[in-house]
Amino acid sequence: MTESIAAPRRGMPVWIQVVIWTFLLLLLVIVGIGLRRTQQGTVQPGEVIPDFTLTLFSGYEYAGASQLSLSDLTGKVIVINFWASWCKPCEQEAAELQQAWEIYQPSGRVVFLGVDYVDTEPEARAYLKKFGITFPNGPDLGTRLSQLFRIQGVPETYIIDQEGVLSYVKVGPFTSLEEITSIVDGLIRE
Amino acid sequence: MKRFWITILMLFLSAGLLTLPVSAQEQPPTDDEVNAIASQLYCPVCENTPLDVCPTEACRQWRALIRQQLIEGKSEAEIKQYFVENYGARVLAEPPRTGLNWLVYVLPPAIILLGAFILIRTLRSWTRPSKPPAEHGPANSGTQDEYIRQLEEELKLRK
Repeated sequence: MTESIAAPRRGMPVWIQVVIWTFLLLLLVIVGIGLRRTQQGTVQPGEVIPDFTLTLFSGYEYAGASQLSLSDLTGKVIVINFWASWCKPCEQEAAELQQAWEIYQPSGRVVFLGVDYVDTEPEARAYLKKFGITFPNGPDLGTRLSQLFRIQGVPETYIIDQEGVLSYVKVGPFTSLEEITSIVDGLIRE
Repeated sequence: MKRFWITILMLFLSAGLLTLPVSAQEQPPTDDEVNAIASQLYCPVCENTPLDVCPTEACRQWRALIRQQLIEGKSEAEIKQYFVENYGARVLAEPPRTGLNWLVYVLPPAIILLGAFILIRTLRSWTRPSKPPAEHGPANSGTQDEYIRQLEEELKLRK
């Protein structure tokens, strides 16, 4: 009966283990945040949209101002349409959006805002001219607005009610003028 | 007299040259020049596809914009800055070294160094000659003596 004597096991120093686990946890957190953000989708109805400023194209200003903030439009129904000149589905709804704007513009209760996503100005202007669009439009500088709304593509339309709460999200083009007016009419209150 | 007229003519010609509109770039930029900048940019619409090889209409427009800016005489840095201002820093293939972006530059080498350190440590522990068995100390020898004594007593009894 002999007793075997094991050599003392030299493990990794504790500080290295702490560093490794911290690294791994940090990476997991970063990956988790990224995945959560990807799967989150667009902003959802019921959310209050934080204030933002949109720089407008020359010739597409709002009440003569070249910049427009959401806070300037308090009490109005706001239709925010993300589009791009290279986007074919956007063309399907361009004329209907303009017609709807022409219906609501005189009342002053509804504002349409076009946000030009990842586009070049000459092509964007050609698109606006082609479809006779006159409502305020501007580029999504730095893609800040598209990130704020977490858009998944273009076209997408977000309708904010008179209290500043997001009421409706349309992913893809509107198919008719009636589709737009039925939503907007339901949000206008005296 | 002939010399006088030649001098006058030369003066007119040089004055004419000075007043000619100076184009920023004499030759139109080549596709290679455009692509050299485009390869450093990514369009947010087509993620993970460099601008120089992206076939979409949006990217074609961007390449045309780069060409236009090269014609206007803008430098590579100015063009990239324009794209960052208009479309955000995420269009850059190489993120700017600011804020959290530093993690991209610091983490991978740090992880590689740490991995190398652990690997070297592990390899050294594998190749290190194993220690000779420990000498029996006084405490052990006491136990052994007792064991041998018992063994001898039992052997005697058997005899």
